[in-house]
Amino acid sequence: MRALLRHVLFFLIALLRVLDRTLGRVLAPVLVPLFRVCVWALHTPLGVILPPVLMLMGAYLLAARPALRQELPDTTWLPLWSHMWIDILVAIVGIVLLGPMCMVYITWLERKLLGRFQNRYGPNRVGKYGLLQPFADGIKMLIKEDIVPRGADRALHFIAPVVIVVPPLVIFSVLPLGPGMSALPMEVGVLFFFALSGISGVAIFLAGWASHNKFSLLGGMRAVAQLVSYEVPLLLSVVVVIMVAGTLSTDKLVEAQTAGRWFVFTPWGLVGFLLFFTAGLAEVNRTPFDLPEAESELVAGFHTEYSGFKFALFYLAEFIAAVAIAGLTVTLFLGGWSLPGADRYPMLAPVVFLSKAALLVLVMVWFRGTFPRLRIDQVMTFSWKFLLPLALVNIIVAGIWIFLVRDGSWRSFGIGWAVGAIILIAFYVWLNRFTAPSTIEKRVYRFAEE
Amino acid sequence: MAARRLADLRTEQLSVNIGPQHPSTHGVFRMNVTLDGETIVALKPVVGYLHRNHEKLAEKMTYLGSMPYTDRLDYLTSMTNNWAYALAVEKLAGIEVPERAEYIRVIMAELTRLVNHCLLVGFLTNDLGCFFTPVLYAFREREKILDVFEDVSGSRMMCNYVRFGGVRVDMSAEALDETRRIVAAFPAFLDEFEKLLAENEILIQRCQNVGILPAPLAINASITGPMLRASGVNYDIRKVDKYGVYDRFSWRVPLGTVGDVYDRYYVRVLEMRESVKILEQALAQIPEGPVSNPKVNRMLKPPQGDAYARIEGPKGELGFYLVSDKSRNPYRYKVRPPSFINLTILEDMCIGHKVADAVVILGSVDIVLGEVDR
Repeated sequence: MRALLRHVLFFLIALLRVLDRTLGRVLAPVLVPLFRVCVWALHTPLGVILPPVLMLMGAYLLAARPALRQELPDTTWLPLWSHMWIDILVAIVGIVLLGPMCMVYITWLERKLLGRFQNRYGPNRVGKYGLLQPFADGIKMLIKEDIVPRGADRALHFIAPVVIVVPPLVIFSVLPLGPGMSALPMEVGVLFFFALSGISGVAIFLAGWASHNKFSLLGGMRAVAQLVSYEVPLLLSVVVVIMVAGTLSTDKLVEAQTAGRWFVFTPWGLVGFLLFFTAGLAEVNRTPFDLPEAESELVAGFHTEYSGFKFALFYLAEFIAAVAIAGLTVTLFLGGWSLPGADRYPMLAPVVFLSKAALLVLVMVWFRGTFPRLRIDQVMTFSWKFLLPLALVNIIVAGIWIFLVRDGSWRSFGIGWAVGAIILIAFYVWLNRFTAPSTIEKRVYRFAEE
Repeated sequence: MAARRLADLRTEQLSVNIGPQHPSTHGVFRMNVTLDGETIVALKPVVGYLHRNHEKLAEKMTYLGSMPYTDRLDYLTSMTNNWAYALAVEKLAGIEVPERAEYIRVIMAELTRLVNHCLLVGFLTNDLGCFFTPVLYAFREREKILDVFEDVSGSRMMCNYVRFGGVRVDMSAEALDETRRIVAAFPAFLDEFEKLLAENEILIQRCQNVGILPAPLAINASITGPMLRASGVNYDIRKVDKYGVYDRFSWRVPLGTVGDVYDRYYVRVLEMRESVKILEQALAQIPEGPVSNPKVNRMLKPPQGDAYARIEGPKGELGFYLVSDKSRNPYRYKVRPPSFINLTILEDMCIGHKVADAVVILGSVDIVLGEVDR
């Protein structure tokens, strides 16, 4: 497929060259202004509006799928065989528009924000505010040479980027974009999410192993250790939500949080949110847990030996996974699509949802601009000795909460908060004394005597 | 049973070449690392990729002719390189330096120290995995100082500013005012920098008790500069030799206690604060007068003999050894590069640590390959 694309592109370039040589002089007066108009158009509000419109189109297509599936059997003017295909087409187009467009926006946002954090401008050449920079980069990646190192396992080397990009895309189908608007209304949506995100570890190790490069291999090894370790606190911090809401369906989880009753406003929800977000950062290899691709140590980690479009796929997967984990955090703890005041307009729900996810991604970018990276042993210690015990105690607190706040009155709410907060803070203090790294000390520096 | 099987499992050590093409070897430097898992069991530094025949070239050139080449030794600190070389030639030929020129040299050297230590802290955090934010903050401050360098010497990095018996051109009043502004604003930048870094828990965890260099080992390996002082040894050539006019300023020498990466980082931050003190005093005291010795001939022919002169460069003791046979070019020209000699101890600091630490320890040594390989 890529070879074909490349051939087509090369053909077009060759054609343009021929045109340039023969018809150039004749057509230049026409083509140059046309080109100018196109560039100008992309620099006008159109260039600003086009990507978000595409992204929202994708979101609404996905959101409309459940309703469509109910309506379709009743539409008589469409032939029966086409119903299934329309359904599939809507889902695919929705995901393909939403996922990559999210990624496009997130990369742009990340680069722009990092630029601002660092006294730079960030991308500002292609399109208004550099908004078309990701597209330019995409085209660049597409026409780069694809290099497979000698001695690499060619088949696995080829499969890895494909394997890594599919799960994050499919994950979008269980994120509820609005009331009854998740593209795949599943009773076990949360479980489905984790099952899919678990695949990324395999893909990363595949890439690390197949590249025939020691840096890649080290990156792959780190990735496996890290992903396996962080999956445990990640899952345990979700258990509290499932216990209280009594469901695994993402749709119902959000319905339980409407009217401002977000889970993050409870002691176990707050801790669960922090735990989940932290472990989620490690799951999607974001700073300070970006060890598998640690630039300063392992060059580029597991994707050192990837170039061209395969590299672009890794890049794509990373950012889509970041959006997906932000989306799930929003769904589980921050009330999903619900926002007090905006719940009356279901059509606003996807925008609310994506905005909340974008805010979380912004926090991730902020981390990236600020934090150094942890070392591999520190990463493991943090997971097993800190996140895991805290997640377990959090489950106990959630159990006590269910017992205390049965009637839902304000008084029981207050009691629940007090008890939960006391247990969690006490445990946190104890845990900190128990597992705090002994290396941290406040140093006093002396000066030499004259 | 299971335990025995586990013991029978044979694991292999992994030999990895970090460099010469690697994002954090600070140039074309190679570390031949043997890893057990991620732990370093052996490390062999390989240098020489940037060898440029510096010393031999200088022996074929006039004394003045090799001044621009000293810029290229440690290309971040050309001012101090110039000064060290000029000091050696002045010692060899017995040249007097006017007072104003001495002050200008001190100002330039301390500005260079600020530039160097700023960049070191920035790149150290980069090696730790900060995504360029501290580096670019450091670059922002460096730009202001480089503007001063450009103003006085015409070049931002390859200054070629110091001459035997003075400096090339006088510092204008505007340049002095600009320097005063920079120096006045610098402590605020350091405060900001420390707020971001010094109390960051991840940075502390990564740096404290990593790559410890005990004081006896440091002395035996002839380590100099901030790295030695981080190990707690009070040795600063500005205090020991009192070259130039350094005896006229009041400032202190900060010392580390443990000798780990964190100490090396923080001693440099404290040194920047002391440099600011020196700069404030130098800028207040600087006298009017000539900036060069009119007796110095372009075609210098020093009397027969040899001379070794050294200064406290930002990276350590930078020395030049010259032997003259009364001809136009030195008979022998030898550089004592602090980067190279500080690098020799790398393996002792790295063994037993993780591979990620090796990169950080290398970053804390503060090398510039132009000086390591010459």
